[in-house]
Amino acid sequence: MRGISTRALLLTGLGVALVLAGVASFYASGHPDGLTFVAERLGFIQTQQPPSSTSPLAGYATRGISDARLSGGVAGVVGVLVVGLLGGGLFAVLRRRQPSGDSQPEGRASRPGTD
Amino acid sequence: MHVPDGFLDAPTSLGTAAVAALGVGLALRGARRELDDRTAPLAGLVAAFVFATQMLNFPVGAGTSGHLLGGALAAVLVGPWTATLSLSVVLLVQGLLFADGGLTALGTNITLMGLVGVWAGWLVFRAAQSVLPKRLSMVAPSAAAAALVSVPLAALAFVGLYAVGGQAPIPLDRLATAMLGWHVLIGLGEAAITGLVVSAVLAVRPDLVHGARRVRESHELVIRDEVRA
Repeated sequence: MRGISTRALLLTGLGVALVLAGVASFYASGHPDGLTFVAERLGFIQTQQPPSSTSPLAGYATRGISDARLSGGVAGVVGVLVVGLLGGGLFAVLRRRQPSGDSQPEGRASRPGTD
Repeated sequence: MHVPDGFLDAPTSLGTAAVAALGVGLALRGARRELDDRTAPLAGLVAAFVFATQMLNFPVGAGTSGHLLGGALAAVLVGPWTATLSLSVVLLVQGLLFADGGLTALGTNITLMGLVGVWAGWLVFRAAQSVLPKRLSMVAPSAAAAALVSVPLAALAFVGLYAVGGQAPIPLDRLATAMLGWHVLIGLGEAAITGLVVSAVLAVRPDLVHGARRVRESHELVIRDEVRA
């Protein structure tokens, strides 16, 4: 099979995600998104309430860092790592564990009660 | 499309919270069938990647922007149940840490992006697969088509919720037209990014792509990359 190891794929993907969130996000469009834009145009944006979250990363900016590029970059990197760890942890718990030496790829667990 | 606090009234927000809780509960069961030792780490990466791409708003004209929702992308890469969980983790972290999307609207956002976005995308993907030739080369275009359709459908779902419990008296036909119009444009961006990312993963590891399982099974026997003694 052509291709790269799972580890290489994961590291590459993580690197891409970190660069997108940590660096490229600075260049993202600052225009309101579709929903916000429609809410402004049709005049229901004023029903929006200020967010209740008091997180130091609120609004994708890091409290205490004045440089916009760094402030947003740190927030993006932290977000990628937190989501990756939470998601990765959850999926690791949920996964079907394959006994080592099982030679059937994607084999269904055919031995009930071994957990 | 992150809905803030205050757009929808309390009963509607409670209703979507119940729908989201039910959906996540079902997904916690369903995802067990999709995840194994090889795909679980990839699924974590997909969640992180969706978070990253949601920070990247691209302009869609007239002072508006959009970003990848990622429901169709995640569904094709790791399966729809796991995708629902991935989007839910992303939305939870966004709401709590980044104040993006209201906390009382978390159920609404999970319903729109984690349920409608994911499952509309998955159903369109499976429909496209059933009419197109069963080839690996058809997987990425099918994913792009799914992404294209998933965004306006999620937007229409918001209009439906607004019809039930919107906090301002807005003419629904105007709301539907505006939401649909902008989100078809955003859907084009969604389709481009989804097609690109699915193609990239297919190029290196087609065996890890959930949506490619059927086409691969019908065409080739795969030798595992490692043989353990």
